[in-house]
Amino acid sequence: MRADRLRLLAVLALALWMILPILPLAVWSFAYGWRFPDLLPQDWSLRAWSFALSGQSGILESFALTTLIALATTFLSALIGVPAGRALGLYRFRGKGLVTLLFLAPAVVPGIAITFGLHGIFLRLGLAGTVTGVILAHLVPVVPYMTLVMAAVFSRFDPDLEAQARSLGATPWQTFRAVTLPAILPGLLTAALFAFLVSWSQYLLTLAIGGGRVQTLPLLLFSFASAGRNDITGAVGLLYILPGLMVLILTARQVTGRGAALAGGLRP
Amino acid sequence: MTDRRRIALLLAPALLVLGGLFLTGLGLTLLRSLRYFPALGLTGPDLSAYAAILAAPGFLNSLALSLWIAFASTLIAAGLALGAALLLRQTFPGRALVSFLVQMNLTIPHIVGAIGILYLFSQSGSFARLAHAAGLISGPQGFPPLTQDPFAIGIILLYVWKELPFITLILLANLQTLGNDHEAVARSLGASRWQTFRHVLLPLLMPGLAAASALVFAFAFGAYEVPLVLGAYAPKALPVLAWQAWTDTDLATRPEAMAMAVVIALIGLALLALVARALGRGAPDAC
Repeated sequence: MRADRLRLLAVLALALWMILPILPLAVWSFAYGWRFPDLLPQDWSLRAWSFALSGQSGILESFALTTLIALATTFLSALIGVPAGRALGLYRFRGKGLVTLLFLAPAVVPGIAITFGLHGIFLRLGLAGTVTGVILAHLVPVVPYMTLVMAAVFSRFDPDLEAQARSLGATPWQTFRAVTLPAILPGLLTAALFAFLVSWSQYLLTLAIGGGRVQTLPLLLFSFASAGRNDITGAVGLLYILPGLMVLILTARQVTGRGAALAGGLRP
Repeated sequence: MTDRRRIALLLAPALLVLGGLFLTGLGLTLLRSLRYFPALGLTGPDLSAYAAILAAPGFLNSLALSLWIAFASTLIAAGLALGAALLLRQTFPGRALVSFLVQMNLTIPHIVGAIGILYLFSQSGSFARLAHAAGLISGPQGFPPLTQDPFAIGIILLYVWKELPFITLILLANLQTLGNDHEAVARSLGASRWQTFRHVLLPLLMPGLAAASALVFAFAFGAYEVPLVLGAYAPKALPVLAWQAWTDTDLATRPEAMAMAVVIALIGLALLALVARALGRGAPDAC
């Protein structure tokens, strides 16, 4: 009986700890003045939300820009990562260990280690301070993630199905559309959703390569926070975590099962 | 088409992107840390940027602080995650909700969590207000500085919050793959619950736990935005110090920024070797 109560306590503590940092953001977003030592705001208001959702604040514009960058990064990383994942998942070849290591490296080597050098290259190419430059920079963490997840997807794929389709007269494109794509689609969609979130969460690469000219949501969030506008910070913070919640609801069933490892790519 | 050509074609775009962006970025950082920077009139190569950062007290303090942050965060997060994974493996009412919350945390960007921790633990934050309401303190100054503090407690709290779910989910995936058979055999042979955990389950979980911990360590050591929000003015975490040297109006400090970035990269690469070894020993699904 005592063990049961202890377990209940541990479960409650874990659940509370998980949502605790989000609570003050949510309360602040509806607060109208909330000075020390008040436990709750003096007054409630929708001021921060109407500012955040109004046209002039630039927050919705930033939301759209962040979405565009994440969508473009996801699309490009799928174009690049699906073939590479196929190579790693279906074939054994010399140097495979080294190639795998190269794909793991961007997950382990901190972004700041490459950011300065990358900025030097992009400056020369005229990509520094542009949205294109930021998208290309986001490929560094996203392509390895996409590739490794697709390698796992392809390792469960039977290439004989393609050979059968070809022997029945299907063109390579028809084979891809009718055989390969349907088989890898569930894995690809999950990978794409999480790839979107990896790009969506980037701070340093956007700051360094965008040079302040590409204002994605995390950059805006930090400037409101450091300006002491806690109410607007709360509203922007909640807007910023919205896509993550949507992805989670869309993939909830897969994530608990085999896909738990997928979540690994989210950290960077 | 032979298999070798097919593999080369399939890998080419990804290798081009990683080679062109990741390896070249790393290489250029290294080159400039050696003071090879013709545009600035530097034609090195020499090690004087490294000598300069080693001579300045700020660098070693920042390096020590970042190592402390990474060690403490990883150790606490890994320990708690082990407990959380064993907990979430059992069935109990409300388990689905707790699992959802653990996964939700994973999708929240670090900077949002960092601001949340600031609003909770700062001297005028939620816990200070609760302490005031309980009559423990008479003003914000009475509350111990837990954010932007010299011991980086706020930063460590953020990583414990953010990385606990990450390690927990990797361990849960490992536990699911392992099944209950190993433990059942150990128990049937007379092992106690503790012995089963210590000598059967823990060794089986070790590769996954080591790989996940190495990733957490690398991230906590090298992240920029978390110490930016939660760090003290001095000493600064190493990535913040490097960024400050890089954005300094005095261009002469650029090679020093690059040298700090190389030190950060070397620690990351050492951890990569660790991850590769852990993965080589099993748990291919760990990350």
